[in-house]
Amino acid sequence: MIDRGVTCKELVELVTDYLEGDLPPSERVRFELHISICEDCTTYLDQMRATIAAVGRLPAESIPPTSRDELLRAFRDWHEH
Amino acid sequence: MAVPVERSASTAVPVDLSDDAAVIAALRAGHEPTFAALIDRWSSAMLRVALLHVSSRAVAEEVVQDAWMGVVRGISRFEGRSSLRTWVFRIVTNLSKTRGVREARSIPLSAVHDERDHAATVDADRFLDASHRWGHDWARPPREWAPEDSLLSKETGDVIRRAIDELGPRQRAVITLRDEQGFTSKEVCATLGLSEANQRVLLHRARAAVRARLEEYMDRRLVTR
Ligand SMILES: [Zn+2]
Repeated sequence: MIDRGVTCKELVELVTDYLEGDLPPSERVRFELHISICEDCTTYLDQMRATIAAVGRLPAESIPPTSRDELLRAFRDWHEH
Repeated sequence: MAVPVERSASTAVPVDLSDDAAVIAALRAGHEPTFAALIDRWSSAMLRVALLHVSSRAVAEEVVQDAWMGVVRGISRFEGRSSLRTWVFRIVTNLSKTRGVREARSIPLSAVHDERDHAATVDADRFLDASHRWGHDWARPPREWAPEDSLLSKETGDVIRRAIDELGPRQRAVITLRDEQGFTSKEVCATLGLSEANQRVLLHRARAAVRARLEEYMDRRLVTR
């Protein structure tokens, strides 16, 4: 068996540390070595990146329109007085 | 810090929300479209932060409402020592904590047990067991997702929204602020009173849970297509 530094099972738990740039240099090297030869973990990492991007594209949920109107009215009143 | 804000008909457009100085000046000048845009941008995340400390959505909505009123009244005194966003979210945190105490249901953040910080984020049975020659390799590896654009559909958005809603309150608040609102990890820690390490664990678990939901959805689509 090739020494891949970390196992797939370990790697999935390091993904966030990796993406955050929080892995110590030696672990980062082992992470990247594993990724470079493991297609499945590459897929997993890609999916985590895609997930993060998709969360960032969610349309904003607003508060109920009545509260929104109330706030805008209060804002107007505050500045008129 | 008097950035002049035109109050003519041409300013029905909010100022650039990433420009703190411009936003603050606009709010002080009573520029309504900017205030409306901020409400639309931040309220849902404010709601999630409030839900860390109060028990019901209705109370959380009141807190968010009160926080915005605090912004309206306090913006003239805001000194800009933090970003506007940090200031606004701190108001939410303070108000919801006060409400939470009054409700006698302040959730001690450390005691929330819906988030098992050390459990694996991918089911153990997806990996070969240790006795196997390739122990801890994938037994059931993730399947590649259809091209990027399949993640853009409204349906996918709904899957993600539901997955986030199902998270425990702390994970939900962290992923909302970090990945949805684009806060830095420092801002999240300051807003939620978390250590960097704690923030990272919650973020990791939240992202992994949302990915798992997306995976279920994508795999189902592969089968039914
Ligand atoms: Zn692997």
